[in-house]
Amino acid sequence: MVLPTNLKHLATANELTALINEKENVMVCCGRMGPMCIPVYGVMHEIEPEYQHIEFRDMAFDSPEAHIIRNLPECRGFMGIPFVIYYKNGKVAAATSSIQSRDQITKILDKVFVK
Amino acid sequence: MRIICEFNRLNNYKICGNLFKIQLIYMENQHYQAIIIGGGPAGLTAGIYLSRAKVKTLILDSSIAGGQMILTHKIANYPGVENISGYQLSMNMLNQAKSFGCDVMSGISIQKIDFESTIKRLELSNGKQFSSDVIILATGGRSRTLGIEGEELFKGKGISYCATCDGDFFQDKEIAVVGGGNTALEEAVSLTKFAKKVTIFHQFDHFQGSKYAEEEARNHPKIEIHLNTKLTRFYGEDSLESVDYIDVTSNEIHHQLFDGVFVFIGYEANTEFLQGRCIELNKFKEIVVDSNLQTNVKGVFAAGDATTKKYRQITTAVADGTVAALNAIEFLKAL
Repeated sequence: MVLPTNLKHLATANELTALINEKENVMVCCGRMGPMCIPVYGVMHEIEPEYQHIEFRDMAFDSPEAHIIRNLPECRGFMGIPFVIYYKNGKVAAATSSIQSRDQITKILDKVFVK
Repeated sequence: MRIICEFNRLNNYKICGNLFKIQLIYMENQHYQAIIIGGGPAGLTAGIYLSRAKVKTLILDSSIAGGQMILTHKIANYPGVENISGYQLSMNMLNQAKSFGCDVMSGISIQKIDFESTIKRLELSNGKQFSSDVIILATGGRSRTLGIEGEELFKGKGISYCATCDGDFFQDKEIAVVGGGNTALEEAVSLTKFAKKVTIFHQFDHFQGSKYAEEEARNHPKIEIHLNTKLTRFYGEDSLESVDYIDVTSNEIHHQLFDGVFVFIGYEANTEFLQGRCIELNKFKEIVVDSNLQTNVKGVFAAGDATTKKYRQITTAVADGTVAALNAIEFLKAL
């Protein structure tokens, strides 16, 4: 189960685990194709060329495999999609719930994934 | 086509031992015949019309193209298109504008604007400078927030602005809906599919929504209504747990437990950057325009939700974009 976005997709929890173990900087947007999520995919797609040191991925929130994100301790209390997770060296460095603007996203990227 | 180059910026210098090395960065001030500020349906439509008329045009957007349209899950009333997502319609309009040669820059913010000179000048946050003969303001609007303590903290952690997106997080929970228009009333009814109980808070003594929407809400067994009330504060730890609200008739403050609050209190114009400048705004901070969508400043037009108008739809924004662009073309011809 993958989302019809322009981003690279994560279909399984194993894929996510392998990616964050292999790559230093990973941003994953776990959502649906709804109004709060689509703008975040759009921002990720647009900024991808500027942030080549970061891996951008999406994951379907309703996939059973997305338990790997839904059940993160950092997502406790989250009640708005998308859940966006920023992984640094395999660990969660930041997590947000609900829609975020381009400014809010790039502020986190610039802070968490310093070039 | 005019190209104006200005070599006006000494950006930095380095001191290397005893030698002073001065590095000059030359900023090219690129000239467009028309610059559109805002890439929603009004701005994109203006971009399509201007570029197709061979007017050198640039669209500047602070986020990604589409404006509020992109937040719409399904659009079923755009003539000629039975069903389409807001995102897809945005991308179609964007690609159409680009296909006619329109330049688009997104994710930028404007640092300086000079509207009043014959040649308008803009400086962006990334240091780029542009000038133009015409500006079209199509900055659109955004959902109004309550602006009370705890709102930003619990956004996505109990506070939501989209029932379709987040309703299912509130299965068998007690939630509140804030607002008294059609959206608030309809979403309150739709949220009863998930929630155990829905309480509507509205600041006035009557609803602004349609009679039909009001009756649906009033007659629903899971819905309770508190008129003449305003939320004043949100509380919680990991997520929202409770709210304070004030009864505006008695000034009494009450505290009530809620797992979630959905806010639907209308829209406001994105005109902060115009406040205190020469462009006339009304008391709601909307841009005042005449029937040609010309503002009070020569060569500056405005279109879409940021202007003074009664109906704010994608179709009306598209119509505004068309009218503003055609009048801008007339204006350019007369130069």
